[in-house]
Amino acid sequence: MNRARIRWHILVFLAPAVIVYTAVMIWPLFNTLRLALFSVIEQERVFVGLDNFRTLFFDPIWSEQFWNALGNNFWFFLIHMLVQNPIGIALAALLSHPRLRFAALYRSAIFIPTILSFVIVGFAWKLILSPIWGIAPSMLDAVGLKALFAPWLGKEEYALTTLALVSVWQFVGIPMMLIYAALLTIPEEILEAGEVDGITGMAAFWKIKLPLILPSIGIISILTFVGNFNAFDLIYAAQGALAGPDFSTDILGTFMYRTFFGFQLQLGDPHMGSAIASAMFAIILVGVCIYLFGIQTRMRRYQL
Amino acid sequence: MNKARSNPLNTLMMHGALILYTLIALFPVFVILINSFKERRSIFREPLALPNAESYSTIGYNTVMQQGDFFLYFQNSMTVTVASLFFVLLFGAMAAYALSEYRFRGNMLMGLYLALGIMIPIRIGTVAILEMMVATGLVNTLWALILVYTAQGLPLAVFILSEFMRQVSDDLKNAGRIDGLSEYTIFFRLVLPLVRPAMATVAVFNMIPIWNDLWFPLILAPAEETKTLTLGSQVFIGQFVTDWNAVLSALSMAILPVLVLYVIFSRQLIRGITSGAVK
Repeated sequence: MNRARIRWHILVFLAPAVIVYTAVMIWPLFNTLRLALFSVIEQERVFVGLDNFRTLFFDPIWSEQFWNALGNNFWFFLIHMLVQNPIGIALAALLSHPRLRFAALYRSAIFIPTILSFVIVGFAWKLILSPIWGIAPSMLDAVGLKALFAPWLGKEEYALTTLALVSVWQFVGIPMMLIYAALLTIPEEILEAGEVDGITGMAAFWKIKLPLILPSIGIISILTFVGNFNAFDLIYAAQGALAGPDFSTDILGTFMYRTFFGFQLQLGDPHMGSAIASAMFAIILVGVCIYLFGIQTRMRRYQL
Repeated sequence: MNKARSNPLNTLMMHGALILYTLIALFPVFVILINSFKERRSIFREPLALPNAESYSTIGYNTVMQQGDFFLYFQNSMTVTVASLFFVLLFGAMAAYALSEYRFRGNMLMGLYLALGIMIPIRIGTVAILEMMVATGLVNTLWALILVYTAQGLPLAVFILSEFMRQVSDDLKNAGRIDGLSEYTIFFRLVLPLVRPAMATVAVFNMIPIWNDLWFPLILAPAEETKTLTLGSQVFIGQFVTDWNAVLSALSMAILPVLVLYVIFSRQLIRGITSGAVK
């Protein structure tokens, strides 16, 4: 065999994917990181080093917005971790119960919100929570809790939490499905062995199933993290680019959009936008690295 | 099966919890759909009542049909989604085949390089993507969106498809080689048909995020003639905030195509997720 012969077909098979992927994804990614080091001074693009980051982190006008968006983003993520993933796991545990009737029906119905677009979800909840329409207050009235009603999306202290919960409502289907899939791979013999030892019901879930699905919980956590730190659509659809009231729902995605695209009277600044994108990239990279090297490698995996 | 796991009270409670959550999941969709068929006063007076002979009205749908070009938006969304899926599947399968079938220097490295994009969202590079699209004149064309979604879908597609292609029997491919088939013929005629289920999984995974995306249509193709359905309804609803009939009807019209697609593909989607394709 002639080793030096170029096998052209390998090149032909690889080329389209590699070219599109490199040109539209990897190259712009690095180019964005590069653009973050430039600025426009007197209508000319000049290299300014880390100046944009200095502005972003330390200039009072910018840094206040940045830390606000970052803090909000962490709160947004925390709500997902504390509400979405436990509910998803609980639903999956119920659905994976052997001989549960209508399981397929429940599964398909609960997944429906996940397939809807943010625009639909954002507006639908905006209407439902609206004090003008009054569905939410009248439903609370029916159970005697009318006093609890507030225009949640319009109040600074509630708006972000409300939107996070709406997002939880929308995406609960994803952890549910992934955990459900993991639960189905647990062999019946293990559970039966547990039963022989008297471990059934809830105890079986905590002591046998949960340790076995920990790797899947790790995966949904990192998916949630990446998804939340580049979220944008829901906030934009429900509250607009200004992420009102008074920036209380501003997260990194909306902050970056406003900065680089401009809004109302503020002109867009692609270089500051790139700087924010770079910060988002760094945050996501740190998260993914913590997961890959800190969590995934230490997690005990059981050979089933 | 023994008694310990089938206590009737437990079963009842499980159904109770699942029904409760199903109601929570479906309630908003239900409210939007029923109210889109009512006239304005009944929307406010009895939001939870089904439309009856007295309250039935399609005035909202009439406004939507007159004011918004929803057929065009729908067509744009369809074009973008179908074209992106086509390229993701074709290019993804080709690259996956190269990585799983041939041994060559840099194979591992190439696999890792292509897998990078699974975790890194393409949105981070938006500023440079926009500059590139402006420079190449692709801004405000559907091609800009198709290219972006193809690049976005490729990493996971290559990853999933190469897992499946490793399972295709070597004997089959070698038999083809002995019969004098070219590598291209082996790929298109022998291998592709065998990984069709995996391709369907990849298609269904990609379809929903592409159809629902708001970010890239908003930034790369906001012109009237290239608006997708998601962006179109966002803009339309923004303009008609106070016309509740129109807003509810527009929402229903945006829900309907996705719901239909879901009913058709839900088994495929759920089988795809549960078959462990994303582990």
